[in-house]
Amino acid sequence: MSRISREEVLRIAHLARIRLSPAEAAGLTQDLESILGYVELLGEVDTSQVPPTAHAIPTATPLRADEPSGELDPEQALANAPARHGTAFAVPQVLGDESEG
Amino acid sequence: MSQAPRTLEEMRTLLDAGETTSRALVEETLARVQDRDARLNCFVQLRRDALREEAEEADRRRNQGVLRSPLDGLPLAIKDNIVQRGEPAGCASRMLAGYISPFDSTVVERLRAAGALLVGRTNMDEFAMGSSTESSALGPTRNPWDPERSPGGSSGGSAGAVAAGLVPAALGSDTGGSIRQPAAFTGTTGMKPTYGRVSRFGLVAFASSLDQIGPIARTAADCALLLDAISGHDPRDSTCLPEAPLQSRAALDGDVSDLVIGLPRETETARGVQPGILERVGEAVAALEAAGAKLRPVSLPHMRYAIAAYYLVATAEASSNLARFDGARYGHRAADVQSLTEMYERTRAEGFGAEVKRRILLGIYVLSAGYYDAYYRKAQKMRTLLRRDFEAAFQGCDVLLLPTAPEVAFRLGEKAEDPLTMYLSDVYTVAANLAGLPAISVPCGLLEGLPVGLQILGRPLEDSTVLRVADAYQRLSPHHRALPPEWPA
Repeated sequence: MSRISREEVLRIAHLARIRLSPAEAAGLTQDLESILGYVELLGEVDTSQVPPTAHAIPTATPLRADEPSGELDPEQALANAPARHGTAFAVPQVLGDESEG
Repeated sequence: MSQAPRTLEEMRTLLDAGETTSRALVEETLARVQDRDARLNCFVQLRRDALREEAEEADRRRNQGVLRSPLDGLPLAIKDNIVQRGEPAGCASRMLAGYISPFDSTVVERLRAAGALLVGRTNMDEFAMGSSTESSALGPTRNPWDPERSPGGSSGGSAGAVAAGLVPAALGSDTGGSIRQPAAFTGTTGMKPTYGRVSRFGLVAFASSLDQIGPIARTAADCALLLDAISGHDPRDSTCLPEAPLQSRAALDGDVSDLVIGLPRETETARGVQPGILERVGEAVAALEAAGAKLRPVSLPHMRYAIAAYYLVATAEASSNLARFDGARYGHRAADVQSLTEMYERTRAEGFGAEVKRRILLGIYVLSAGYYDAYYRKAQKMRTLLRRDFEAAFQGCDVLLLPTAPEVAFRLGEKAEDPLTMYLSDVYTVAANLAGLPAISVPCGLLEGLPVGLQILGRPLEDSTVLRVADAYQRLSPHHRALPPEWPA
C-alpha cells in the first residue's frame, strides 16, 4: 500500500525549497512511506473529544515595554551576509522569477 | 590517562585548597583533547588562546578573593548549537560553515558572568536531528567506552567529552532525548530540565515546543550546580518561565525516605528492549527502596504512541524553524545562481544533510493541506493524552523511574540506513519532552561492558526533586564512577 508517491515528495520538496536528485527523491519516498506507515499507530486511539496541546506548560504570552534593546547594528547584522549591497543583503533578482509565488 | 577524571566539585576543592590553578586545569584539558580527541571527535573547535587568558583572569580573581560563583575558573564545553559571541556556531552542518555568532546565548552569557571557562564547541547530529551523532557534517563522534560504537545523540560530543574526561561537564540540548540518551550511552549524568526552566535564547531552534538546554556531567550534584547557574527567567525567550533561578545544589540531602517512586507498567511491555536493561534498572529501584523510598506501580497507557506523536510534532516544528536557512542573510549560499528560487533550492540542497532533509519534508507534509488533521493535529491531541497520563500517575507518586534507552550504545553505522529504527531508540525519552517534564539519566551499571542509564522523571517544575533522587542514588551506587577502558589514541 502506498501512502506517498514520488510526485508528492517532489511537490513537498519544492514547497521546502530543497532541490532533490532523482536518487534522493526515490530514497525519501521510501523513507516517508515507512515513517507514515508507523505513525498510523495513532489511529488506534479515538481523539475526537480531546483538545490539542501545542505547548506542554501553558503560559500567557508575556509583554514588555515597546522600547528598543539588544538589537544588532547594521555592520554586525551584515557580517555573515553571503552578499551585500551597502547596508542591505543582496540576492538574485526577485521580479520576473517565474517559479516563485 | 595519568589522572582519573575529576568532577566540577572536585576541581573546585583543589582550587580552593591552592593545589591547582585554573590555568593548570585548562592545560590538562587541552592536553587530554590533544591525546584522545583525534580519535573520538568530541570537539569541533577549541578556544585555545582565549581560554588560557580567561583561566589566568580566573586565577587572579581567586587570588584576590573575588570569585564570581561556584563555577568560577572551571572548564566547560558547549554544544555546537548554542551560540557564543564572536565564535562559530555550526550545528555540525555545512549550512552554517563559517558562521560567526554576533551575540551570546543567555546560557553562555550567564556562564561567562559566573566565570566559567568555555573550552570549545562539541559535535552533534546536524541541527540536533539524530540519536547517534552520525549525521554530523564533521563526522561521527566515537564512544569512549568502545570507539566502534556511537555515543548516542544528538549531544554525543558533549557526552563523549565528559565520559572521556576531556572536560568535567558540558551543555547539551534535548528535544527528544538528546541529552539523556547520550548520557546513558556514555555512563554520564545528563538532565533535561522542565520546559521553560532554561532560556532557549541563542539555542538554534529545532522544535521550539520541545527543545531545552541542560547539563551533562559526571554527577547529579554537578548537574545541579550547572542548572542553578543557567536557569531562571529570561525576557528574551517568551516561553521561559517566570521562576527565579533554581537553588537545587543546596537541596541535595541524600534523603529519599519521604518519596514515592512510580514504576510505569508499560516499561516492561515495550517492544525491542535489550535483555538485561530492565534488570539493571530494577537493581537501581531496589537500591532506592532499601534507602526508604516507597514503590508504586503506575500506568502510562499512551506511552506506546509517544514516538509517533513526537516525530510528527518535532518535524512539523523543524520544517518551520529551518525555513530561515535560505542563503539570504547568513550561512551557505549556492554559487552562480540565476534566480531567487534557484538560490533557495540549491542552497538548501547543498547545505542540509540527508536526515535534515528527511525531517523537513516530513514536517511540511504533515502540516500541508489535507494531512494537517490526520497527522499534526492528531499528534497534538495525543500529546494531551500523554500529559493526562503523567498527571494521573503523579497523583500517586513523586518521581517515575524507567530506562533511559532500550539498549546500550549501538555500533556506528548499525542504524544509519534505517531512519525509523533510529527513531525508535528514543522510545523512553520523548514523552518527557512532549509533556514538558524534568528528566535525568544516571548510570546504573554495565551490560556487556557498556553503560546503562536509569531515567528519573518528575512533575513539571520539580527539577530539584529529580536531582535529589539522582544524587541520593549516586550516594548509594558506584556506577557513575565507572571509567571507560583505555583505548590507543
